[in-house]
Amino acid sequence: MSAFGLLWANLHRRPVRTYLTLLSVLVAFLLFTLLRTIAVWFEGAGYDAASNRLVVTAKYSIIDLLPIRHADAIRAVDGVEAVTHQTWFGGNYQDPRNFFPKYPVEPRAWFDMNPEFVIDPEHVEAFESIRTGAVVPVSLMERYGWKIGDIIPIEADIYPMRDGNRLWQFDLVGSYTMDSDMEPSLFLFHYDYFDKARSHSTGTVGWFTVRIADPEQAAEVASAIDGLFENSLNPVKTATEDEFGRAFAAQLGNVGLMATGILGAVFFTILLLTANTMAQALRERVPELAVLKTLGFSDAWVAMLVLGESVLLCVLGGLLGIGLTVLLAPAIDAVIASTGFGAFVLYWPAVGAGVGVAVLLGLLVGWPPARLANRLTIADALRRS
Amino acid sequence: MWGQVFEITSMNIRNLPTRLGSSSVIVVGIAGVVGVLVAILAMAAGFQSTLARGGSPDRAIVLRGGSDSELSSGITPRERAIVASMEGVMQASDELYTVADVPKRSSGTDANLIVRGVTQNAFVVRDEIDIVDGRNFQPGKGELIAGRGAHVEFAGIDVGATVKLRQTDWTIVGIFEADGSAYESELWVDLPVAQSAFRRGGGASSMRVRVDSPERIDELARRIEEDPRLDLTLRSEEAYFANQSGGLTATIEAFGYAVAVIMAVGAVFAALNTMYSAVVTRTVEIATLRALGFGGLPVVVSVMIESMALALLGGVLGAAVAYLGFNGFTVSTLNQVAFSQVAFDFAVTPELMRSGLTWALVLGCVGGLFPALRAARLPITAALRGE
Repeated sequence: MSAFGLLWANLHRRPVRTYLTLLSVLVAFLLFTLLRTIAVWFEGAGYDAASNRLVVTAKYSIIDLLPIRHADAIRAVDGVEAVTHQTWFGGNYQDPRNFFPKYPVEPRAWFDMNPEFVIDPEHVEAFESIRTGAVVPVSLMERYGWKIGDIIPIEADIYPMRDGNRLWQFDLVGSYTMDSDMEPSLFLFHYDYFDKARSHSTGTVGWFTVRIADPEQAAEVASAIDGLFENSLNPVKTATEDEFGRAFAAQLGNVGLMATGILGAVFFTILLLTANTMAQALRERVPELAVLKTLGFSDAWVAMLVLGESVLLCVLGGLLGIGLTVLLAPAIDAVIASTGFGAFVLYWPAVGAGVGVAVLLGLLVGWPPARLANRLTIADALRRS
Repeated sequence: MWGQVFEITSMNIRNLPTRLGSSSVIVVGIAGVVGVLVAILAMAAGFQSTLARGGSPDRAIVLRGGSDSELSSGITPRERAIVASMEGVMQASDELYTVADVPKRSSGTDANLIVRGVTQNAFVVRDEIDIVDGRNFQPGKGELIAGRGAHVEFAGIDVGATVKLRQTDWTIVGIFEADGSAYESELWVDLPVAQSAFRRGGGASSMRVRVDSPERIDELARRIEEDPRLDLTLRSEEAYFANQSGGLTATIEAFGYAVAVIMAVGAVFAALNTMYSAVVTRTVEIATLRALGFGGLPVVVSVMIESMALALLGGVLGAAVAYLGFNGFTVSTLNQVAFSQVAFDFAVTPELMRSGLTWALVLGCVGGLFPALRAARLPITAALRGE
């Protein structure tokens, strides 16, 4: 019988115990992968931030508006390839619970800046030529049953129209898809129409996005842009998309720490449980180990046998748990997407880390029994039986 | 029958110490579930109660029509004058609401802090405001008072310190409390000073009004709705804050239950494991009892009692850890509706602890049931032979 065969047979000595332990390890790793993915999502690291894009916001608060003429000055900065902008419109579609961000943008420039939003050139054409046009992701059309040609009413909260009317109406002229499920579902419409029709803040935008020629120069270009407006009435703060995403996620509070705390509680419990099972298994088998040693197997070999059993149990449970998360991910994503809250996309590094943690757990749990097995003297052990 | 149950249970409990290691698995497993569940729900409860506490039944908030939050609202001086003179309005407070980036103490990164420009009327409308350190700001000066939550969560918000808010320096002259409500996460400054410092002209974001009776609010809301001169909505402060807390509270609670259910599955496996071994190691004892004439049911009940007692112990332990570790623990997060930070304390309420203990008992019951049935079904003769 091979060493692995012996491990396997040992695990099946008490099948109920083995399966229950396996299942609790499985549950721990299911939680591990889920919580790590959520934590990463909140830390903003999951976003596919482009390294060649900068975000230019008002210096004192993101809620402040910036004059649109800043764009020309930014465009003249060395190393800047393109500039476009977007503005937070707020507003509700039918009910505040139907949440999706709505941005007035420059149609062609915006899609040129954000190639991860994939749109048919004909739809850009239509978007550009129809003043009251809007484009949305295909997923949003499916959620609300919209078709091209529909009129979408949005009730404004921040921006009533010039005539006092709060109900904006947009013609749905196109749709786009997104590279990654992590991207937000944006309702995009014409900035020109928005700026002429709104009752206040004409000539302002929310924030600029800047594409730079060389990502290595990001820091220099950012400080050059900040320097342009330092003494103006509207100073700005420039950051890479990645920094901007992280800073925003940090506002939500330390979700990562919370997830780590929960995982700590889970793993402490599982550690204790599995350690107890392994100790029990060893106690029952002391005479057998003594027999193995009598047959000439070395102390180290016997110790490895015990350690191997615990590692096998933990890795098997870990792999099953992680595998289950991978299978469940699309279902979880569907549930989360239906609330409009975002998306759930498995964070693969967490999956890899999970396997590592499983091995570690096995070693930790198996260490004390293995040491005991190593020290076991044949005479003592046989006497005990 | 209860005599038999008592006999067997007391025997089991007397020899618990010999099974200390394996019994502790149930206790710790369930303590983990209950601890995590209670802690997460305490966070939701704390957030909800912090926002709910800002509302008083005789107060209402006036915003621009269509606005859900003060941030997206704006009211003209003329509209403010009309509302202030309406019948039933006792006092009215004009307020300017804006946010400024200030670094958090914990992370050092900038977060949105609310800056509220108020007049002395704000303190009349909100009589719960209490200056606990320093003094109130003087009208016309660049002074501010900070809520306790803002003081705890944000760097440099201390009495005597100076803070730069949008190009202007402000001196912090006092710390206030507001009955634990979300107002404690704000900085309050003099309205006219704020209007000029933030270049807002004579603009205000919202109005808080105190009315003569809570029943007046619906009537006022209707009159404002019908008034052609006004594009405003009035709603009770309670409704306003409930709307703000709803989404996040529901999300945290759903997350807490999801994690607890997954952990509970693991804990039940652990409990089953332990109770099966407990039954196996006692095979001969149980068979002996059965041979002596003890019935099957008392054996089942006694195993269940043991499992539930251990689970309850775990539940108490978990709830205690959650209470000692988290009750009153202050954190802050982004209130998405108001787009600003709100600081709140975890609230481990008696209801949460009770519901944690209920979970523990249910888990103990499930974990004990199958092993108990197996114990009762043991064929006596085979078991006595030690097979």
